[in-house]
Amino acid sequence: MELILALAIGVLTACGVWLLLRPRTFQVIIGLSLLSYAVNLFIFGMGRLRINAAPIVHHGAVDSLAFADPLPQALVLTAIVIGFAMTALFLVVMLAVRGFAGTDHVDGRER
Amino acid sequence: MFALDDHLVILPILLPLATGSLLLFVNERHRSLRAIISLASAFVLIIAAALLVYRAGLVEEAAGELIATYPLGNWPVPFGIVLVADRLAALMVLLTAILGLCALLFALARWHAVGPSFHSLLHFLLTGLCGAFLTGDLFNLFVFFEVLLAASYGLLLHGSGSARARAGLHYIAINLAASFLFLIGVALIYGTTGTLNMADVAAKIANVPAADRGLLEAGGGILAVAFLVKAGIWPLGFWLTTTYAAASAPAAALFAIMTKVGIYALLRLSLLIFGDAAGASAGLGQAVLLYGGMGTIAYGAISALAAQTTARLAGSMVLVSSGTLLAAIGLGNQAVLSGALFYLVSSTLAISALFLLVELVERVRMEGADILAVTMEAYGDDEEDEAEQEIGSVIPRAMAVLGIGFAVCALVLSGLPPLSGFLAKFAMISPMLNPEGLATPNSVTPQAWWLAGLLIVSGFAALIALVRTGINTFWATLEEAPAAVQVIEIVPVLILLGLCVAMSVMAAPMLGYMDAAAQALYTPAGYINDVLAAPLAMPEAMP
Repeated sequence: MELILALAIGVLTACGVWLLLRPRTFQVIIGLSLLSYAVNLFIFGMGRLRINAAPIVHHGAVDSLAFADPLPQALVLTAIVIGFAMTALFLVVMLAVRGFAGTDHVDGRER
Repeated sequence: MFALDDHLVILPILLPLATGSLLLFVNERHRSLRAIISLASAFVLIIAAALLVYRAGLVEEAAGELIATYPLGNWPVPFGIVLVADRLAALMVLLTAILGLCALLFALARWHAVGPSFHSLLHFLLTGLCGAFLTGDLFNLFVFFEVLLAASYGLLLHGSGSARARAGLHYIAINLAASFLFLIGVALIYGTTGTLNMADVAAKIANVPAADRGLLEAGGGILAVAFLVKAGIWPLGFWLTTTYAAASAPAAALFAIMTKVGIYALLRLSLLIFGDAAGASAGLGQAVLLYGGMGTIAYGAISALAAQTTARLAGSMVLVSSGTLLAAIGLGNQAVLSGALFYLVSSTLAISALFLLVELVERVRMEGADILAVTMEAYGDDEEDEAEQEIGSVIPRAMAVLGIGFAVCALVLSGLPPLSGFLAKFAMISPMLNPEGLATPNSVTPQAWWLAGLLIVSGFAALIALVRTGINTFWATLEEAPAAVQVIEIVPVLILLGLCVAMSVMAAPMLGYMDAAAQALYTPAGYINDVLAAPLAMPEAMP
């Protein structure tokens, strides 16, 4: 499971970085989205991987090993919301630049 | 029991947030109502921030270094988010509030009507800035960073236009990538220490097992890269000049403090988490800050000399200021840091004033040129000689005020006596060359020599660049028509420069405050103890 998660994060990051460095705004935005998926998975992994354990500690529970860490899940939720909002905003600016420059090159002109 | 004193810490966050939200519901047509609400809120924010600073100045050394802690939701500290206001945070909040008011005043003349929601965006930016300065929690810092960045994207695009949209695209892409680095760093620190509270991280860092230390330091480094991108360190700061030059003047004046947020976060975290108590990780990345900062100073100075437009020159001044601060932090000397904090306030005020001035000056130039062209077309060439003779004898009043303001800016930014820029550089260079104090013989490190030299050379470069611009603008354009500059646009510039002059006059108490702030930063034990023992509001109310 660790291997699969690590591979997933690695592939997503690699694709994200490669796309981020491409000259078209659409590629950049997809790259940023892929990077955000990778980062969210990574935050998840930092809470340690645990299968079949609820992230809820009920009153009187003593054995912390029986539960998954709830905090990274809350962090991921926040990060997803913020990332989503920023991507939407970026999309608007991207369209504005497309309208002004008439091209989808990130520098606003073809080389 | 509601007492203002108890809730003063959260006021700088809630007030602009509430104002910004309220203004969304006031129709754009009620322009004066919106302006009044906005101005009133900015005034109250300054008063609240001044109260915070005043109380910070009152704290006795023995009573701990903190002014106030404010556990949000009344959760006990390592579990809930806590707001912390110490001297440095209070100072930065006050600086933010002052810049906010000045940018707002300036915008009231014309910029606030150019696009929708200017007031709301400005107040949301103030919310994010104050929150980032006051929070004591790493993830909460991320959230406030995103709040201020989202608002800054909107402000950057205010006024629209092709150049702004293009600069905005680059700015947003870079900051989104930096935000992901921020998250990775925070996650690594959480994964190795199990906490996100800055004071708690600092308390636990010495106990991190050796096997996890690499991960922890990687986390710290990645986090620092995210802040360095915001601070515009060389070679991560190429976006900065273009972006700042493209922004409208009031937005750029406010952006002058946004690089300082990155520097504030670096200062706070490097001295708190990776201070002397951090065991094997102490002093992580100091050398990077020092050499990166020196590189930034050099790059900023060259960029200032090569700048083709005045707005880009102002952007280069931001780089020089950031580089100076980063290098001063990297030197790791408490007395240098105290001078650097003085420099931070002085240079931020002056750069902000410069961005406002640039817009006024450019407008004078353009409108003057327009009028001249129109006159020539309408009346032919024979009128021209007469006009030149006539206006050559009288310097227009607005131009004179602008010229004096520009000269004051140049003096502060290049660090010439008698103004605060000189005092700030003196306060930094003197302890660099006398690290043990004046009485004992000193061994000065080569890095300190290099940095002192760079500071002086960069000041000289700034002087050349600014004087060249000043001569081209104020001495070569006498034949042009008087500028259409409104009083409300001059006032914020005069306020900002007046504060620089006041800082030169009141240098002793200011430096005393900075000394205490720097000392508190270098002895983080007081901060850690106070935050971890933060009192809850009603501990015995729960059964």
